[in-house]
Amino acid sequence: MLIYTIKRFFLAILVALTVSVITFSLNQLSGDPAIAMAGETASDSDIEYIRKLYGFDRPVHEQYLSWVARAAQGDLGQSFYFRIPVTDLLAERLPVSMILGVSAITFAIVLSVPLGVLAAMRPNSWLDRFALGLSVVGQAMPSFWLALMLIVLLGVMFPILPMTGSDSWQNFVMPTIVLGYYATPAIMRLTRAGMLEVLGSDYIRTARAKGLKRHTILFKHALRNAVIPVVSLAAVQFGFMLGGSIVIESIFALHGAGYLAWESIGRLDLPVVQAIVLVFSLFYIVLTFLSDLLNAWLDPRIRVS
Amino acid sequence: MSAVLEITGLKVDIPVSAGDLHAVRGIDLSVGKGETLCIVGESGCGKSLTSLSIMGLLPSRARVSADMMNFTGRPLLSMSETELSDIRGDRMAMIFQEPMTSLNPSYSIGNQLMEPLIRHRNASKDEARKRAIYLLEKVGITAAESRLNQFPHQLSGGLRQRVMIAMALMCDPELIIADEPTTALDVTIQAQILHLLAELRREFNSALILITHDLGVVARVADKVAVMYAGRIVETGRVEEVFNNPLHPYTQGLINCIPIPGKTARGSRLGSIPGIVPTLIGETQGCSFRNRCAYAGPACEIDDPVVELAPGRSYRCVLPEDQLKRQGDETIGKTGSLEAASA
Amino acid sequence: MTIAIDDKGARPGLPSANQITGPTPGQQLRKRIFGHYGLLIGAGILGLIFLMALSAPFLAPHDPYAQSLLARVKPPVWLGGSWENMLGTDVLGRDYLSRLMYGAQISLLIGFAAAFISGVIGTAMGVAAGYFGGKVDLVVTFLITVRLSMPVVLVALAVVALVGGSLEVVIAVLGLLLWDRYAVVMRSATMQIRQMDYVASARAVGCSTSRILLTEIMPNIVNNLIVVATLEMAHAILLEAALSFLGMGVQPPLPSWGLMVAEGKDYILFEPWLITIPGVALFMMVLAINLMGDGIRDVTAPENRN
Repeated sequence: MLIYTIKRFFLAILVALTVSVITFSLNQLSGDPAIAMAGETASDSDIEYIRKLYGFDRPVHEQYLSWVARAAQGDLGQSFYFRIPVTDLLAERLPVSMILGVSAITFAIVLSVPLGVLAAMRPNSWLDRFALGLSVVGQAMPSFWLALMLIVLLGVMFPILPMTGSDSWQNFVMPTIVLGYYATPAIMRLTRAGMLEVLGSDYIRTARAKGLKRHTILFKHALRNAVIPVVSLAAVQFGFMLGGSIVIESIFALHGAGYLAWESIGRLDLPVVQAIVLVFSLFYIVLTFLSDLLNAWLDPRIRVS
Repeated sequence: MSAVLEITGLKVDIPVSAGDLHAVRGIDLSVGKGETLCIVGESGCGKSLTSLSIMGLLPSRARVSADMMNFTGRPLLSMSETELSDIRGDRMAMIFQEPMTSLNPSYSIGNQLMEPLIRHRNASKDEARKRAIYLLEKVGITAAESRLNQFPHQLSGGLRQRVMIAMALMCDPELIIADEPTTALDVTIQAQILHLLAELRREFNSALILITHDLGVVARVADKVAVMYAGRIVETGRVEEVFNNPLHPYTQGLINCIPIPGKTARGSRLGSIPGIVPTLIGETQGCSFRNRCAYAGPACEIDDPVVELAPGRSYRCVLPEDQLKRQGDETIGKTGSLEAASA
Repeated sequence: MTIAIDDKGARPGLPSANQITGPTPGQQLRKRIFGHYGLLIGAGILGLIFLMALSAPFLAPHDPYAQSLLARVKPPVWLGGSWENMLGTDVLGRDYLSRLMYGAQISLLIGFAAAFISGVIGTAMGVAAGYFGGKVDLVVTFLITVRLSMPVVLVALAVVALVGGSLEVVIAVLGLLLWDRYAVVMRSATMQIRQMDYVASARAVGCSTSRILLTEIMPNIVNNLIVVATLEMAHAILLEAALSFLGMGVQPPLPSWGLMVAEGKDYILFEPWLITIPGVALFMMVLAINLMGDGIRDVTAPENRN
């Protein structure tokens, strides 16, 4: 287990470094960032000044190394637009995205895992068909459109929820549903498939041959094994959700990091965009690392070896 | 001797796309306390389905019916799933063919061993633990106490099968069903496990139904034998009767397949039974062995009557006993097949 | 001692071919296709959308770009509009039905092109990793992990914003981002096939690597490829719509469905049909493609169904 952890840790670091290179190279896509920063009215000497100030005149690899070195110390640069450290901006905005992400993944799990289990217990029943329908619809539903439909339904026709803003918990209800529903099909299908496979396994037959009670068989022997792959998937989906939060937050004007990213992309505020790409990626990397550890811990074949 | 399990007219039908698969077509079985019954037959003859139907472990789409199916006098077929689950693991237990996959990979050996006793006897964890250690030692596992904390993947197939046997014995059941318990194991381990089963059966004085396709196994451990072919019992009797005086052509064919040290010439062809088993989907009439039988005649297409020679000794064929006996002697030779087979 | 019981084909219930003459594989496939409602419905809807897109230049009632400030936000016919503009007009007075038909072209084009580009990249990586294993596999697996760590929407938005939005850029960006699932699936499929005896025998008789890949591996993983391709096509279409909706995808005045939803967004309170119509169209298209993908998987590999 220790060796496994160390291996996974180094892999995570390597992935993170690669991601940081890609993120940094976003700089190079825009041509000359100094021109973008200086604005349209700037004179040549202004641009030259900015170029020196931000070190854009130095070789690319030097720029990257100093960027990474500072990022590792928590300095993600200054926002071109707000003229304040990016770290301060993120400290303000990230918690909102995290709340949204956690509540959305919770919503998705609470909806999809029981549904997947029930569907697997009674294949081809009406419940199974309902679950399948829900996942087929969910996979095809553009999330921004579902968000707008919910606004029409719960904000306009039956005005029970606020349409935009991020002041109270009620602002999070609709974004949670939209973002959570996005992850539901995959988690439910995996739960159902895993549960079906486990229920047909030899050790479940053994458990039945021992005369164990139905709920013991189901929850102790079956679910425990079926849930192992679901843990990894939920972690992956959580990571994807942060990426998806940019769409949802901008629709609901929820002042999280996703909304900030969208605004900053519009303003070509590169340090902020880079920082958010980096932070979201790092978050995903940490999450999958933790889920791998949890997986290993849940599965004695990895834990005890 | 009172019968622990008594079955007459057991049928198992499985609906498949082409119609009903009549996998078990009316069989009679009985096994008494302290007795070992071996069910022999090739793969697909319905022997595993028979054992699963006794345990009530068949999938719900399989239809089980019987004229009588009594376990210690109680009708199994009229029991609810809850009543059945009270008996399973307590009064009757099963050992499966696949030791590698029959244990839950997520729980320790000890946890899984203790379950039946806690479930059926309301035993405390401590009592269950003691019993588990006692039985692990009984099945020949050393350092039993430390094994309790191990997980299935840390054990070899032979050890896992020993654990399965110990698990079956936890509640001291009246009936143990072992479905090809050694098929998946190395040849060297097979003998150990069988020896162990036979010994424990004696010690715990329970009834044992051993399902196998290995006649050598039968010869060594069985009291009674039932030879199954295509969902029917074609011949049954005490082990020495069946081996020394096989009547049904299929039984004779099986015994003819056994190489006998010192008798079967080196390099000579082993016996084999030509042909394949017919499909059991839909209605069938007559003897299902007729397409592979050297002595088949027109009468075989109509019927395969049960001929009862004595209580517990019968065969299923249109031919009379003396003719079958003569044919058997010609193909196999008179020297005791039982000793040869158990060599 | 074990007895050799001759059990060639000794499986009751599985009669051998000379006992019952079964349908040919082709008949079986046809039967499975026509017994699979999801596949039929999906193919039906997609066929309609395809026709709509192809026939837009001939059948569209109006020019999708012709603005008419006098005829702005005319409701569709079932909400009191006229047959002149069956689905109404948008905020600039452009005929909604015509825009919808031309929009189907954009969605399908982007879906096909992006799925094709990412398919080439992902399949090459996956097959190489699965076939050669070892270091190649390590590198590919690592690249997949890196790719999965990057948030797609965010990176795509940023790149499009930096490079400038256009149809070609959107296709290129999505094509370069969505290869991960191809690589994952093709890698494991190739690994499975690679262990087959017929691959070993092809090697034993001295077939070249490229010949083995083309004649032994590819034919056996092509159905996986088709399934992933349909799902990725749906994925690309959804992403394009989201990018366009956020203003960083296809640029106006092109009638992208995502863009149509964005343009109608400000009228959400009073004219919700402005977003419902393109939204439903988008939903139907993605649903149809997904149904087809699932259907193809079920039909080509019936043993994998649960």
